[in-house]
Amino acid sequence: MSDTSTATDAPAARRSFWQALDLDTRLLGMIGAFVLVALVFNVLTDGRFLTPRNIFNLTIQTVSVAIMATGMVFVIVTRHIDLSVGALLATCTAVMAMTQTSFLPNVLGLELGHPMIPWITMLVGLVTGAIIGGFQGYLIGYQAIPAFIVTLGGLLIWRNVAWHLTDGQTIGPLNETYMLLGGINGTLGVFWSWALGLAAAVAAAVGLMSARRTKVSHGFPVKPLWAEGAIIAIVVAAILGFVAILNAYAVPERVVARDFERWGCDAAEGCTAAYGIPYSVLLLIAVAIIMTVIAQRTRLGRYIFATGGNPDAAELSGVNTKLLTVKIFAMVGMLCALGGIVASARLGYHTNDIGVLDELRVIAAAVIGGTALSGGIGTIYGAIFGALIMQSLQSGMAMVGVDAPYQNIVVGLVLVLAVWIDIQYRKLTGAK
Amino acid sequence: MNTGTPLVEMKDVSIAFGGVKAVDHVSIELYPGEVVGLLGHNGAGKSTLIKMLSGAYKMDSGQILINGKEARITTPRDARDHNIETIYQTLALADNLDAASNLFLGRELTTRLGFVDDATMEAETRKIMARLNPNFKKLKEPVSALSGGQRQSVAIARAVYFNAQILIMDEPTAALGVHETAMVAELIQELKKQGLGIFLISHDTREMMDLCDRVAVMKNGKMVGSERVEDVTEDDILSMIILGKNPKAAA
Repeated sequence: MSDTSTATDAPAARRSFWQALDLDTRLLGMIGAFVLVALVFNVLTDGRFLTPRNIFNLTIQTVSVAIMATGMVFVIVTRHIDLSVGALLATCTAVMAMTQTSFLPNVLGLELGHPMIPWITMLVGLVTGAIIGGFQGYLIGYQAIPAFIVTLGGLLIWRNVAWHLTDGQTIGPLNETYMLLGGINGTLGVFWSWALGLAAAVAAAVGLMSARRTKVSHGFPVKPLWAEGAIIAIVVAAILGFVAILNAYAVPERVVARDFERWGCDAAEGCTAAYGIPYSVLLLIAVAIIMTVIAQRTRLGRYIFATGGNPDAAELSGVNTKLLTVKIFAMVGMLCALGGIVASARLGYHTNDIGVLDELRVIAAAVIGGTALSGGIGTIYGAIFGALIMQSLQSGMAMVGVDAPYQNIVVGLVLVLAVWIDIQYRKLTGAK
Repeated sequence: MNTGTPLVEMKDVSIAFGGVKAVDHVSIELYPGEVVGLLGHNGAGKSTLIKMLSGAYKMDSGQILINGKEARITTPRDARDHNIETIYQTLALADNLDAASNLFLGRELTTRLGFVDDATMEAETRKIMARLNPNFKKLKEPVSALSGGQRQSVAIARAVYFNAQILIMDEPTAALGVHETAMVAELIQELKKQGLGIFLISHDTREMMDLCDRVAVMKNGKMVGSERVEDVTEDDILSMIILGKNPKAAA
């Protein structure tokens, strides 16, 4: 059979330079968009946007939506949609808030503040999310009800199940340990942030080099060594730069003075401390790594993308696409619970309107991040960047003082524009 | 030939969709090293018959024997477990994945830790492609970026790689040019020599006369009859297809 591929000899040295680096152009585009947004707001706010404090806030505000968006990628890749994530988050936080404030203390007799309470609570939340999500997945996969309908019903049902469970009351205060996952309440501190950052940088460098060795051992073409080195340098710089920024956000003196022992000082006088990496951001990073490994390195991920590309082909290849749908939605349910833990821990209580409109933020994050609604295409890091870009836009506009309606109009425009750019990009590169 | 145990024996199989009997009490067998062509009009039931063997459809009644032993085939995976491989007319490729991912779809090679081993799969794909289609170079690109012939060779590689004993080819040359069609014919001869049994579905009667040892003609879900190609003329086959009668049986 004939092959019409033509060997491309890059004549221009400049082109071969970029080819040698072999960068992910889509990732670059997303980073570029984020940098652009950040710079514009930084100018508009007279430099307040790109302060360690604001970047710290931005990351902790993004976490909840970003966690759920990683799951939404799998849903959209398999040509489904999940409109129920915000409502499911509310049901999960309602269950978790009730578990820790009334069920465990009153029914099981664990006194408030018992060390097991937060862990049992989170487990209960994750199981709740997985069961509800899995059940929705069963209706979609095995009963062939369109995902749009099942989760639209779910949007109404779970929002109001949460209301019913709590009688619409705000439930709190939540467990102290539980609230460590909220963001500013729980951070690694300077020393451990640096330690973790260095460990991550080393791991990234070793990982990239071992991937290169695997390629060489199979006789595949690899980048020139200088290009590999440059990429490792960029990645290491990015990791350490991120840590440096979060470590530059000093804890205000008043806060240190209130509880100087927590910040490792003997006395309040002269005690300085910085926040470092929040636990919630660590949770997001862990979720991102696990979801990326699932997407790229496991059969489950391979089947998710194959099903998205051609459901019939996947089925004829022996993939149980019905069970796959259940697994994906159960996964999203668990991620809703995780997002709920972060969101309610950040607030310090469960409220009746927690997660309202999150489904749209989550879908928008996945789509801005390059997930195609036609299925088969999407990345985890893209969804996280999408969430970050959305959050930057919103908090940036709030800082500038843009009126609320204009904020939403801009976010809506950006969503449509992002998808349009993505379509044009795919046309240009000839990808589907 | 045609003595001993058949590789495949489909006995009295039927399937209905709603009230339509798509395949109505059909029996057919396939011997090692034999190419059997299935002929018939659109909707005669050829593809449906074959999909029961490949596990895409579940038969309502009847029996499938593989090497003389009864086989329960209800899913594509069952069929693969019996070394039955199918090349579908639509090719059944996931367009967004590369050649290696498609070749190993559902049967990924994994590392000791249970992760998919892309490097080894790509190397294996390179090897089989070097044999089937030496010009094939686009291993890293999604198959949507490949030409019709290249896509076809991925689908064929998938069937051949896993040491199939029974190969089902549904219109393998429908989308191909002259040169590529000749390559498929060559491949069929080679696989035949290795002792595989091949079911071939096509509309092209002349091509079938060249490639097959035996042709079986279906009409309206029923088997009209099967004849060795040297015993019949093209006209005989055409009249079986059109009239639904076996001229030799009538004679």
